[in-house]
Amino acid sequence: MSEPAAALDALRHRHLLGLATYSDEEIRLVLRTAREFRAVLDRPVKRVPSLRGVTVVNLFFEASTRTRLSFELAEKRLSADVVNFSASGSSVSKGETLKDTARNIEAMKIDMVVIRHGSPGAAQFLTRWIDSVVLNAGDGAHEHPTQALLDLLTLSDLDLPRFGADRLRDGYFEGLNVSIIGDITHSRVARSNIHGLRALGADVTLCGPRTMMPREVEAMGVRVVDRLDEALDGCDVAMALRIQLERQSAGLFPSLREYHERYGIKEEHLDRYPDLRIMHPGPVNRGVELASEVVDSDRSVILDQVTNGVAVRMACLYLLSGGTVARDADRGEG
Amino acid sequence: MALLSPDDTVKAQLMDAADLDRTLNRLARQIVEHLDDEAEPAERLALVGMQTRGVYLARRLRDKIADFEGLTLPFGVLDATMYRDDFRKRLRQPIVHPTDIPFDVDDRRLVLVDDVVYTGRTTRAALDALMDLGRPASVRFLALIDRGLRELPVRPDFVGRTVPTTPGEEVRVRLTEIDEADGVWLVGRPA
Repeated sequence: MSEPAAALDALRHRHLLGLATYSDEEIRLVLRTAREFRAVLDRPVKRVPSLRGVTVVNLFFEASTRTRLSFELAEKRLSADVVNFSASGSSVSKGETLKDTARNIEAMKIDMVVIRHGSPGAAQFLTRWIDSVVLNAGDGAHEHPTQALLDLLTLSDLDLPRFGADRLRDGYFEGLNVSIIGDITHSRVARSNIHGLRALGADVTLCGPRTMMPREVEAMGVRVVDRLDEALDGCDVAMALRIQLERQSAGLFPSLREYHERYGIKEEHLDRYPDLRIMHPGPVNRGVELASEVVDSDRSVILDQVTNGVAVRMACLYLLSGGTVARDADRGEG
Repeated sequence: MALLSPDDTVKAQLMDAADLDRTLNRLARQIVEHLDDEAEPAERLALVGMQTRGVYLARRLRDKIADFEGLTLPFGVLDATMYRDDFRKRLRQPIVHPTDIPFDVDDRRLVLVDDVVYTGRTTRAALDALMDLGRPASVRFLALIDRGLRELPVRPDFVGRTVPTTPGEEVRVRLTEIDEADGVWLVGRPA
């Protein structure tokens, strides 16, 4: 009805492995669809029968609480049959390979697989061995596409005075300045977000310790700065990344206190940049990436991100569940 | 968008703009009659248009009823895509459009408005969607065109015109809100 004539009516991909190969129009289709599913979450009956008869396996080889919970809720809200499989207590701990695990599970007649794995490319690898639709829920430091999509949905809802009505909402981010702060090298969230933000036209600035900044990352079309104030000046939204505490022992940063001092967003920043909004993929280390007051301030949209996570995952599952015929773009994923 | 798709071969024009308007006048009066009939307070009646062209038809009916009776009925928009049962036969999932029902459906007497009733599957999906939104007192179904060939026990309460068709044919309802002209056509589709 309100879509322009050129709007896509289906994804060109059969899987969701990462946002690197997703086009701007595919991302906009996911965001539009997610908005309608989000409305379902506000109804008295928070469930629709869209995926009735579809079996989804959540294959989690890496610890995860909120992503797994969010996927599981999304699947249940779509009336799919859900099976959970986590590495601990499974045959994986008996040395079964990913390929064998996947093929054995598929032999039980499933339709879709959500996979979280410590190795980059694990989701892609899976598509070579099974016929089911694969959704990547995080593969090593490679991609975490549903996290980026929920971040994009959250951004598209922001009421930023500089932007005309509905431009952000429709997924046109030209002129939007987003800074991603923290451990870029080890962050699949950052990688997926860079792809998604660039596809929709946003300008991306990266900031973090040199030891956590990938070499030649500028090739992805981003700006890299050293000082936090450089990243926040003129920035609409700052995405702080979670610091993996074990990286400290690897010597990538001297101490949590020093990290907070140099890269943590504090109340003074909210005062200095009155239009700045704060995002974080969670779980937050309070007092490290973000001061506690910043997490709880009305400038933070962290809880909106969580709500949007369920809606975006419903949209992805819905859009990928239709049909079994390979689509054009899949060959490019091979 | 072009009035009809390039693949369509027109078999008959079923309604022109004047026919369509006359039919909607009659349907609006029938809704008003139905409203009188049951001695129910008028404010409990509401119109629900089904995405996409049912929405515009429902809006026109609401305006006509406001003209005739000085009564503006509550109006909502329903998209039943998430409730369809035929997705497994399709290559791709249909686009989800907004649902926006700005009133409480509990104890309402609803008139569900669609442009064409065919197999009855969309109507079935719409009823499921409505029931998940609350417990209406009653649901009546209005279709501008009943083209027959039902696969489910669904029968519209208000019909603009009944047109016998075959499965290879399509009924194209076109409305100026989103199309170039008002009218209804019966077309053939390439196999």
